[in-house]
Amino acid sequence: MATAAEPSTAVLHPPATVQTSQQDTVESLVKEIEALKIKLDEERRKLNDVALSTIAQRLESVGPVNIKPRRVLKGHQGKVLCANWSLDKRHIVSSSQDGKMIIWDAFTTNKEHAVTMPTTWVMACAYAPSGNMVACGGLDNKVTVYPLSFEDDVSQRKKAVGTHTSYMSCCLFPNSDQQILTGSGDSTCALWDVECSQLMQSFHGHSGDVMSIDLSPTEMGNTFVSAGCDRQALIWDMRSGQCVQTFEGHEADINTVKFYPSGDAIATGSDDATCRLFDLRADREVSVYTKRSIIFGVNSVDFSVSGRLLFAGYNDYTVNIWDTLKGTRLGILYGHENRVTCLQVSPDGTALCTASWDSTLRVWA
Amino acid sequence: MAYRKKAELAGSDNPHQIVCKKMENLIGLMQHDRSGVPVRTVKKFLSKIPSVFTGADLIQWVTRNLEVEDQQEALHLMHLIASYGYLFPIDDHVLTVKNDQTYYRFQTPYFWPSNSWEPENNDYAVYLCKRTMQNKTRLELADYEAENLARLQKMFSRKWEFIFMRAEAQAKVDKKRDKIERKVLDSQERAFWDVHRPVPGCVNTTEVDVKKACRMNKNKPTTSGETASSSSATPMESLKAEAETLRARLDRVTVKSSKVAESYLGYFEQYAEYDAFVTPAEPSNPWISDSTEMWEAEKQNKEIAPRRVRRWAFSLNELLRDPAGKEQFFQFLEKEFSAENLKFWDAVQDLRRQVHSKEVSTKVHEIWNEYLAPEANCPINIDSKSFEHTKTNVGGVCNRWTFEEAAAHVYQLMKNDSYPRYLRSAMYKEFLNGTKKKTSVKGLRSVISFTATRKES
Repeated sequence: MATAAEPSTAVLHPPATVQTSQQDTVESLVKEIEALKIKLDEERRKLNDVALSTIAQRLESVGPVNIKPRRVLKGHQGKVLCANWSLDKRHIVSSSQDGKMIIWDAFTTNKEHAVTMPTTWVMACAYAPSGNMVACGGLDNKVTVYPLSFEDDVSQRKKAVGTHTSYMSCCLFPNSDQQILTGSGDSTCALWDVECSQLMQSFHGHSGDVMSIDLSPTEMGNTFVSAGCDRQALIWDMRSGQCVQTFEGHEADINTVKFYPSGDAIATGSDDATCRLFDLRADREVSVYTKRSIIFGVNSVDFSVSGRLLFAGYNDYTVNIWDTLKGTRLGILYGHENRVTCLQVSPDGTALCTASWDSTLRVWA
Repeated sequence: MAYRKKAELAGSDNPHQIVCKKMENLIGLMQHDRSGVPVRTVKKFLSKIPSVFTGADLIQWVTRNLEVEDQQEALHLMHLIASYGYLFPIDDHVLTVKNDQTYYRFQTPYFWPSNSWEPENNDYAVYLCKRTMQNKTRLELADYEAENLARLQKMFSRKWEFIFMRAEAQAKVDKKRDKIERKVLDSQERAFWDVHRPVPGCVNTTEVDVKKACRMNKNKPTTSGETASSSSATPMESLKAEAETLRARLDRVTVKSSKVAESYLGYFEQYAEYDAFVTPAEPSNPWISDSTEMWEAEKQNKEIAPRRVRRWAFSLNELLRDPAGKEQFFQFLEKEFSAENLKFWDAVQDLRRQVHSKEVSTKVHEIWNEYLAPEANCPINIDSKSFEHTKTNVGGVCNRWTFEEAAAHVYQLMKNDSYPRYLRSAMYKEFLNGTKKKTSVKGLRSVISFTATRKES
C-alpha cells in the first residue's frame, strides 16, 4: 500500500530501538518506563531555562479590558450546550439540551432557522466554512448535517453522516464543507466524508471520553488536537491517523482544547479549575492559569487574534480573561446566571460569543 | 431525617466531588476557631438567634483571606457556595449572600452535597407535611412550597396516610429537642431542601452535566474486571506502547523555553494591531458601534487598507488566507512564469479536503496529468526524489495524500523563493502605499496585462 508522505510539519524521529524479547517481562518494562520518565523529566527541565512570565515582564500590560455585553440571544428553552460562529462573522449556530438548534443573525439578534432534533442534549454543533450548512449531534451518537435554505424546511434535508458508539461531544469542519471531524464518548475521534456518509479515518489513542477537538491553523492543516477525560491532549496527523504528540499535566478531565493562533501551542481547560498552555516545540507545559479563588471547572477556552488574551468559560457562571504571556488575570465577565458551556472569539476577532446553561447566548465586545 | 443517597456515583474524580471538596476546604477555613468568620448568638427582643454571622463579616473575611480581586468577586464566590447549601440565610429560601447585616448559618456536614444526596419526592412530602404540623410562624410554608405540597398530595393520594404518619412521628421527635438546637436543625433541614428543591427561578446546583453522567455510568463496570478483556491491548502491550511513546518523546528535538517565549512575544507584537481586544478596530467595531462599515470595507477589494496589506508580509500563509492577497500573488507568479506552483498547491488542497471519497483516484490522475506527467499541460518542477516518490504513489493505491511530499516541496519553493521576491516587488510596494492616487495608470495597465495573459493560458 502506498504510504503517506513524510509529514513535513511534524518532527521526524528515528524508530525506537526494539527491545529483545528476553527482556520483555512486565517488571523490566515497568522499571524501564520509570527510568525513561525520570530521564524525560530531566531533559525537559534542562531546556526549561526561564519562565514565560519572566520573559513577558518586558511587555507593557494590556488593559484595563473594557469588554461589555453587546447582544443577548434569547430563544432556547433549555441549557445551551454549544455555539459556533459562521465565517461571515455575524451568524451563529447554537444547540441546546431541549433538542433545538437555532441559527442566529447575532448582529440583529434575529433567529433565521430553528430546527428540532429527534434527540435531546445536542452537545455539539458547527457551521460549515461556506455558511450553507451546519452539523450537529449529541446523545444520539450521530453527526447530522443540515443544508440551510429559506425555500424549504431545513429538517427535511438533513443527512446523517456518521455514527459513534457513544455520545458525540464535539465536531468541526476542517476547512471544507465536504468533511467533518468528530470527537466522542467512545474515546475516539473520526473524520467523515459528508457526501458519501463514509468514515475516512478514525483516531484511536485516548483511554477516556473525548471532550474537545481543534484544528491546527498552520498552512498544511493536517494536524488536529483532541483532549478528554483521560487528562491527555493528543496531537494527530490526519493523514496517517497516528498520534504524533502527547501532553499531560491536568489533575482532572480536560473539557476543552484550542490551538494558539500561530499553531505552535495549545491551551486546555479542565475540571481541576486550571487552564494550561502546552508548547508543541518545547514539548511541555509552559504556563498554568489558576488562582486560589477559582474553584470551578473550565468548559471552554479561546484566544484573541494576537494570542495575548485567553478567554475561559467556567462552571461558576463567569468568563475569566487571562494574559496568556504574563499569566495574570485581566478581568472577569459577569452576566450569565448558570454555567458557561461554550465560548468562541468571532472569526475576525471583534467579538466573543458565550453560551450558558441559563439558556442564553451573549456576544461581548 | 434520613434521606436517600445516590447509588455510588461518588469516586473522587467526579467533577461534582472535586468542586465540593474545594468548597469544604474553604468552609473549614471559615469555621476555624480563631481565624475564621466570627459566629455568635444574637439576642433579639426576648428570643435568641443561635450560631449566626452577618453577610458583611463573611465578605470581609473572604476579601482578607482569599485572593479575590474585589468585593464583586467575593460576593459571587459566596453566592456560589450558598447555592450549594454550605451556608445559607436564616430567613430566606433564596440561597445567596448579601454584603449587609443579614444573618447566615453554616450547614451541618451531614447535609453537605458531597454526600451525594438524591432525596425522593415522598421524603419531600413528609418534610413539607411536618412543617404544617409545627404551629410556628418561622416554619410556615412559602407559596411555592404550599403548591408543591398540594401537587405531592395529589400524586401520593393513596399513600398519603402513611406520609402523614411519618411526618407526625418526626414532628414528635423534633419536639423533644432543646429549643435552641431545634432552631438550628430546622433551618439546616430547610436549607437542604432549598438546595434539592430550589425556589422557582433559582439555579439547581445538583444538576449534572450529561456528558459527565454518561462517563460515570460507563466507569462502573470497567473497574469490576472488564479491564483485562475489554480492549485488545493486554497490560504487556500497553506497557510496551507506553515505553515506546516515552522513547519517542526523548528523541524529539525540543526547543528551549526562552526561545519559545520569545516567539510568543514576537507573535503578539506582530498581531497586536489586528487584535480588536487589544487595539480598537478600525473604523469601528461593528458590535460596539452598531455599524457594519468595517465589514463592508473588507468586502471591497478595490481599495484595500494598508494595515491589511501589511499583514501579507507576515507569512505566506497570511498572504494566501486573504483572497485579495492570493489574487495578487497569483498575478505576480504569472509574471514570473511560475503560477503553476500555486495552481498545483490549490489542486492538492482540494484533493485533501473537497473531493468526495469516490472521486479521489480520478482527481489524483487529473492532477498527475496536469502537473507532473511527462506531457503535462502545466508542468511543475520538483526534486527528483519527491518526483519518484509521487510517481510510485500514483502507481499504487491513490489516496488524498498521494501528493503530500510534492506539495510540501512546492510550498517551500514558493515560501523561500517567490514569496520573498513578491514582497520586494514594485507590485507589492505599490499596493502597500496604495491609495487610489498612487495606483497609477502604469499599475492599472500591468494588472490588465496580467489578466490578459491568464486568459491566454
